[in-house]
Amino acid sequence: MATDIIIHDEKDNVGVVVIEKINPKQDCSCWVMENDKTVSIQSADEIPLGHKIAMTDLNEGDTIIKYGHDIGKVVKSIKKGEHVHVHNVKTKKW
Amino acid sequence: MEIPKSFLGYKRENGRAGTRNHVIILPVDDISNACAEAVANNIKGTIALPHSYGRLQFGADLELHFRTMIGTAKNPNVAAAIIIGIEPKWTKRIVDEVAKTGKPVEGFSIEGAGDIETIMKASKKAQEFSIWASEKQREECPISDLWISVKCGESDTTSGLASNPTVGNLMDKLEPLGVHLCFGETSELTGAETVCEKRGKTPEAQEKFKKTWNDYNDFILKEATDDLSESQPTAGNIAGGLTTIEEKAFGNFQKIGSRQFIDVLTPAEEPEKGPGLYFMDTSSAAAECVTLQAAGGFNIHLFPTGQGNIIGNPIEPVIKLTANPLTAVNMSEHIDCDVSKILSREMNLSEAGDELIKTTLRVANGRLTCAEALGHKEFVMTKLYRSA
Repeated sequence: MATDIIIHDEKDNVGVVVIEKINPKQDCSCWVMENDKTVSIQSADEIPLGHKIAMTDLNEGDTIIKYGHDIGKVVKSIKKGEHVHVHNVKTKKW
Repeated sequence: MEIPKSFLGYKRENGRAGTRNHVIILPVDDISNACAEAVANNIKGTIALPHSYGRLQFGADLELHFRTMIGTAKNPNVAAAIIIGIEPKWTKRIVDEVAKTGKPVEGFSIEGAGDIETIMKASKKAQEFSIWASEKQREECPISDLWISVKCGESDTTSGLASNPTVGNLMDKLEPLGVHLCFGETSELTGAETVCEKRGKTPEAQEKFKKTWNDYNDFILKEATDDLSESQPTAGNIAGGLTTIEEKAFGNFQKIGSRQFIDVLTPAEEPEKGPGLYFMDTSSAAAECVTLQAAGGFNIHLFPTGQGNIIGNPIEPVIKLTANPLTAVNMSEHIDCDVSKILSREMNLSEAGDELIKTTLRVANGRLTCAEALGHKEFVMTKLYRSA
């Protein structure tokens, strides 16, 4: 099955869209690079190539994990399958 | 894939090897640009490297200026150099250091003579150098003569997923063969700084990295009017899906594969601890970073891009690779190596690393990069603070 989303690390709570875009309510196949497993998710939003999708529900103040590492904090709650970007996540630096 | 053990390069007087055979006309300062450009216009086979600085600098900023000037002319991709400055003293300081490599170098100062007389004298010498360099032939050089610098730009999430790890795969394969490697971009390691620090091979290297990053961060905290949210990540990064500096940093960091760095270099400093990976303290602005790495003596550059950075350098060939399938098509004239098939899982990382090694060797042997064919020759001095 073709891969729609790539997840770097098993611990990650976001994945990256690797097709031109995914549409709302699209059933997507996700490849977890670290352990070579495949998981699936239904998207809630339209998400373009290279942008992130939430793999779980996330509350304000939660940490986004990608590459197995902390890449920022949630500033507006996010539902599983929603677009994760600058509108709901901010850096913990500066 | 069996990695070739040699490439065809230009052997230099000091034992280094070049992937290019440039005769450069290097102005010491901003006001000597016109003269240098006139000489390069007169004499075919030469290239002028105009830039914006070199007057009334002082302290560490002036030292960096000299290190960049001297390092650029010493680079093995340069066969011979003409140095032109307004005053004789600073011009001579550069000429004397470059002469230690054994390559042909001559300096000219404009004060007291004027542009026209200087252009005439420098053109005669430049013609001599150009004809001399044109007889140089490529010879078989061991792959360990490659000094490879890396820096990414206009990154997006495909950089961290695929094009940066492809560079990391190349590093993992080529470091055991005795090449020199260099990564930089102090600001773009923010968020990954503690993980990066642990990649120092010795406690000294780790300590040096920590100090370098802390100094940079203190500078940002002191100078920033708000934060770097408008600059790091850039608008291009955000369009490509990168949300925070931390995310960008972990993607950036994939470029060194599983290597450890043996030393930390100041900007434009030449490595002296032998083959292996070095970290150089640089800005993350593409042209500034590559200019510093070229001045450190690196003779071929790998540049992964996501959204499509277009940078080149006048003396160090810059090879672009991308894993973004849209960039690979829409900006194909800038992309030397397309690894976008990693995302569709039609190519694995090791295959992509092999492709990049092949491209690197072809360019080392003389194949023009996309940036060279397009005429990109960004030469940008790093300035530490305002002049006196």
